[in-house]
Amino acid sequence: MTPKDQSRTAALVRKHEAGILDEWINLQMTSTTRRSDLLNERELRDDSRAFLAGFTDALQSGNDSVDGKEWAPVLSLLGSITRSRAMKGFSPIETATFVFSLKQPLFSRLDEEYSKDGAALAAETWKMTTLLDNLGLYTTEVYQKGREELISRQQQDMMELSTPVVSLWDGIVALPVIGTLDSARTQVVMETLLQRIVETEAAIAIIDITGVPTVDTLVAQHLLKTVAAARLMGADCIISGIRPQIAQTIVHLGVTLGEVTTKATLADAFALALARTGQKVVRNSAAQA
Amino acid sequence: MGRFLLVTIQVDMHDRLALALQDDLTNRIVSDRAKAVLIDISSLEIVDSFMGRTIGNIAAMSRVLDAETVVVGMRPAVAITLVELGLSLPGVRTALTVEKGMELLRAGDTT
Repeated sequence: MTPKDQSRTAALVRKHEAGILDEWINLQMTSTTRRSDLLNERELRDDSRAFLAGFTDALQSGNDSVDGKEWAPVLSLLGSITRSRAMKGFSPIETATFVFSLKQPLFSRLDEEYSKDGAALAAETWKMTTLLDNLGLYTTEVYQKGREELISRQQQDMMELSTPVVSLWDGIVALPVIGTLDSARTQVVMETLLQRIVETEAAIAIIDITGVPTVDTLVAQHLLKTVAAARLMGADCIISGIRPQIAQTIVHLGVTLGEVTTKATLADAFALALARTGQKVVRNSAAQA
Repeated sequence: MGRFLLVTIQVDMHDRLALALQDDLTNRIVSDRAKAVLIDISSLEIVDSFMGRTIGNIAAMSRVLDAETVVVGMRPAVAITLVELGLSLPGVRTALTVEKGMELLRAGDTT
């Protein structure tokens, strides 16, 4: 590959840019991976034009490795296109095809230009293929990364949503746990519970595990840790919401919940908490009459 | 404060200070014939296993001298650390604030 060929191809692409663009867009419009429901023609046109322009510029720089700084604008453009498409619901294949479909119009131009020189044609085709493959793979990587960010954000949201600490009564807080208690969640649960105990000066904390699907030795250990931490803060813990199957599993597994008070329902636990704090809920007989 | 001793830990405890506290406290329990010790650790931000053990030891020593120990004002971070270290201070009574600790002791006193 001589610099002359390099600039020749770049000049070729530059010269036929409009033609390639039209052909490429037509190809994309008729392709099976076209998602007219998600992306209208104008957006497709804009994306294609911007990408091809960037591609041509980078090609003219003479650097044919996509890691080079000349390719940085193309990569960032491609990244934003991919992210917006991933957000709209494109599949990774559909996103990568955007780049790969450029090959056909590009190669047909190369074919015309180098029709006399087979070796140069092969070399140029190979170089373009490598470039476009790398760019296509880059879109997949960005797509994947975008997905992972989404998942981790949702995980975070779920974590925060699923550990509310509610104030039930003067000095009584309840913590309804929904979902499995793993180490990371226990940490969050513990922190929020302890923080609320400080804020509300609660003397009793009820941990309701109605929403916990299974209680194995690990979950039990996490529960006990939370109870121990609350006790160090001067709050008594009651575990409630133990379903019959859970009680059976706990005993079969030989899990001991220690000296923690357990109740079948939140109502029972609440009654006990009221009794312990010396409070009583009385039916108003006047209102009943 | 009647026959209660109140210890407020104001500075970050280092090991020697913790041992000095242990010494002083046991001496005072005997000399004052104290019935209970309130240890306020609300200013304590960092604990290590040694501190945790010392608190446990102080409680055990007080019990031998027939005085109760109440640890008050533990911060959430400290509580989590102690639990993660496996030190849940069994036998030590706890309360959120000094007032609540006093209440606890008074309630225990009358019965």
